[in-house]
Amino acid sequence: MIYNGGNYSMKTKAGLLKRLIIAALVMTSLPFISTQKVQAFSNQIIQQGAVGEDVIELQSRLKYIGFYHGKIDGVFGWGTYWALRNFQYEFGLPIDGLAGQATKAKLVKSTKYIRNAGSANNPKAAKNTGSKASAVNIPRGFSQNDIQLMANAVHGESRGEPYIGQVAVAAVILNRVENPKFPNSIAGVIFQPGAFTAVADGQIWLTPNETSKKAVIDAINGWDPTGNAIYYFNPATATSAWIWSRPQIKRIGKHIFCK
Amino acid sequence: MIRGLIIGVLALGVIGTGYWGYQEHQEKNAILLNAENSYQRAFHGLTYQMDLLHDKIGATLAMNSRHSLSPSLAEVWRITSEAHNNVGQLPLTLLPFNKTEEFLTNIGNFSYHTAVRDLDKEPLTEKEYKTLQVLYKQSGNIQSELRKVQHMVLKNNLRWMDVELALASGKETTDNTIIDGFKTVEKTVSGFDETDFGPTYANMQQRDENFKNVQGSPISRTTALKIAKKYMNFDGNAKVKVTENGKGSDYGFYSISLKNSKTGQEASMDITKKGGHPIWFINQRKVRKPTISLHDAVTKAQAFLKDTGFTGLELSESTQYDNIGVLNFVTNTNGIRIYPESIKVKVALDNGDIVGVSADEYLTSYQKRTFEKPAITLEQARKKMNPNLKVMEDRRAVIINDANKEVLCYEFLGTIKDDTYRIFINAENGREEEVEKLKNSETVYDDVL
Repeated sequence: MIYNGGNYSMKTKAGLLKRLIIAALVMTSLPFISTQKVQAFSNQIIQQGAVGEDVIELQSRLKYIGFYHGKIDGVFGWGTYWALRNFQYEFGLPIDGLAGQATKAKLVKSTKYIRNAGSANNPKAAKNTGSKASAVNIPRGFSQNDIQLMANAVHGESRGEPYIGQVAVAAVILNRVENPKFPNSIAGVIFQPGAFTAVADGQIWLTPNETSKKAVIDAINGWDPTGNAIYYFNPATATSAWIWSRPQIKRIGKHIFCK
Repeated sequence: MIRGLIIGVLALGVIGTGYWGYQEHQEKNAILLNAENSYQRAFHGLTYQMDLLHDKIGATLAMNSRHSLSPSLAEVWRITSEAHNNVGQLPLTLLPFNKTEEFLTNIGNFSYHTAVRDLDKEPLTEKEYKTLQVLYKQSGNIQSELRKVQHMVLKNNLRWMDVELALASGKETTDNTIIDGFKTVEKTVSGFDETDFGPTYANMQQRDENFKNVQGSPISRTTALKIAKKYMNFDGNAKVKVTENGKGSDYGFYSISLKNSKTGQEASMDITKKGGHPIWFINQRKVRKPTISLHDAVTKAQAFLKDTGFTGLELSESTQYDNIGVLNFVTNTNGIRIYPESIKVKVALDNGDIVGVSADEYLTSYQKRTFEKPAITLEQARKKMNPNLKVMEDRRAVIINDANKEVLCYEFLGTIKDDTYRIFINAENGREEEVEKLKNSETVYDDVL
């Protein structure tokens, strides 16, 4: 309504006002309608380890009837698993720890779930109760920061290499942590003086991409393309004669991996 | 006039540059000194700990009372771990100093395992006592060699930065007192006979990773390719390469790599020459938004494992990382889970393709097993646990304990408050073999600020 020229009659003005009020009402009530939309599970059978909106709903519903006490973070962890099993036990369902169709139907019937429930009475909490998971799965014994540090090293050492070459570099770091001849922590191995050129020349502090992170997670999860290697070198640039004397296992990309 | 002005300006410029250069030089020196000092700290720390180590082992030998023996051995363990830590901070990576580091780790493991043992019930054997005597002598040798190096370093103001430079430029052969000294130490350790650490320790050394138990006759390149076809998608655009293992590998394998220029996928796998078993397989491609659930992924993976000849497996863990499901399967024999025989399968959740297999551990541990009736019952094992633990699940399982031995256990999953624990009680002697707090997810830090 940019122009309010005087050539409008009173009648049209009143009509306009009315329409404006209706529009405003509709607009303000829209968020309420969307927050109070009842969300039901998708068709999937939800299993331990899963992440996503279905898990958020599962956790919320289990929390609503007091089976789940943890944070609603969207990751189906142990807390959720036991809560679900207890629910299945109490409601006479087969106890398998899987949220299948019968379990989900029972849950929907016996609990209320409003998506973004927090936003209606507490606008500040809206961010946390969104549909995005606020946690991620990580391999046991590692933190996101460990993975980040390794991804930095892998990216600095082998960013031009094929994916397998990057998994291989991550695997060598892990093999060294296990090996009695090397320091026994990830940071100890990565920052051992002279161990990695990327550490020596500062390339480790380049921002790693998603690929190197995936490579690190693969290596931690047990993929070792190197055949238990603890050294690798680039034959084009290696200066040490000693490294050539190591028994060579295989070559991936530009690197030769050895024991 | 103008000439004078120009001369003045130039002179100022020269003085300015000189001052700037001097400052840069000072700064560089300060940083170098800083690095040098931290190397020196690690080095002198190491020699001090080797002194302590020698003395402590000596003291242990003189001890008669079992009550003071355990703390003393624990002390030895702590010192070796600190010494090992200091070695890791010296720029020795390009200098073979491996034997010495391994020696330190071995003393550490030996002393740890004897320290935590109940020495009242199971005192030091004659052999272990001899081992301690040998270790005492050997640590004495290392100590005196390191002392010599330390003396030279202090007397001649030797710098570790020079060591680093010499090693980095590949001139290890140049005359450098520190490098020579460490080479002597390494030679001394290599000269030690294989120390006999006794039966407790026998299995502690690295496990056999050469797929000794893998059965089957040698396969050819063409067979290897045929096996790989079950895993990878060969089409007209794919470039395939088969290579053999290097001479340094302990076991024979073929590496097959495939690159498809059209779809951008890169797949690789290793297959053992003996029997043609897959060691690992990865197919790298872009994985889109999930359309199937983790549960569907398990079904797909089970079918795939059956197709590729792995039987008797059950799912032990499932985890979703973004658009990929990582599943861990272990052997189940008569209701007993064999955790060492594990295969991991990666499933792309956009279309259910198998994009990764890791059978490394499975092939390492695979063997025929027979199980005796356990000496203690489930109920007896249950009583061995912390009474605060609320047991939710139990089963029998085989794990590798911290002495690197396979043991039959009762496995309990339970909770204390909101935390979940996995506890393994040895089915033969009721020992608590392993207690593990299970935690697989972490809050995303991006939202912290």
